[in-house]
Amino acid sequence: MKAAVLVFPGSNREVDVAQAIELVTARKPVMVWHGDGDFEKTDLIVVPGGFSYGDYLRCGAMAAQSPVMAEVKRRATQGVPVLAICNGFQIVTEAGLLPGTLMRNAHLKFVCRDVHLKVESSQSLFTNRYQQGQVLRIPVAHAEGNYFADADTLKRIEDRGQVAFRYCAPDGTVDGTGNPNGSLANIAGVFNESKTVMGLMPHPENAIESMFGGCDGKPLFEGLVEALS
Amino acid sequence: MKARVHVTLKTGVLDPQGKAIGHSLNRLGFPEVGDVRQGKYIELELAETDKAKAKQRVEEMCRKLLANTVIENYSIELVG
Repeated sequence: MKAAVLVFPGSNREVDVAQAIELVTARKPVMVWHGDGDFEKTDLIVVPGGFSYGDYLRCGAMAAQSPVMAEVKRRATQGVPVLAICNGFQIVTEAGLLPGTLMRNAHLKFVCRDVHLKVESSQSLFTNRYQQGQVLRIPVAHAEGNYFADADTLKRIEDRGQVAFRYCAPDGTVDGTGNPNGSLANIAGVFNESKTVMGLMPHPENAIESMFGGCDGKPLFEGLVEALS
Repeated sequence: MKARVHVTLKTGVLDPQGKAIGHSLNRLGFPEVGDVRQGKYIELELAETDKAKAKQRVEEMCRKLLANTVIENYSIELVG
């Protein structure tokens, strides 16, 4: 599996996710600068976390309009898989590749800790190594992760099984106690309709080594390799 | 010509920042303050002289970048 990792001014998890990919593929991903309107064809595009363009105007708003994202949109429409993490999730929702948006956390604080996630669907490129209903422990680090969509959009994504992960309690209960940011319906990650684009606020790339607190994020990358090699 | 753009959260979208501002004002001795909504104000200097054309262009700017229409409304005022 050959992957491209985008780099914007202000990205800061691009190296983490590149290392996660290298760990499972033994192959370094291509790093693509935001100003590049064209880049090597790859099996996967990753939009990493960080603070692209200093989060000016709205998180992800500027990056969504960059030359590289115009190309990512073209490729995503052709079915090239896109994994968007944290700020990447904000960028792809701003770019219109995923439904809804990420707002300021309900409690207004930056939240940086492990959270529990319930796998809502194992039927995707990204989640095929997990079981539906499985509970994962993965870190989050964000101030704008409060997922919001209007009532019609929410109904549509629920009906079509586009929710990938929900925040939950350690025992898998989906309620307010496990929700770190006020996200609507505890949504932590969503797919596009064809499930070739996934965005999530938690950082699976930071949960790949047991000596660093857990490896529940590793199967996501292993699943991608299996599906895309 | 100058365009003044106000971007505000749509009705029904929770505004935790507005809420925090409201609480602070209440605490500071302004109990008359009820609901507070926070928005953005953006001023644009335009080369366009035709008002109708300018309005159309700024609307396009709002839809493409200045506002996220999933959660925000915008209003445009042209002066000069």
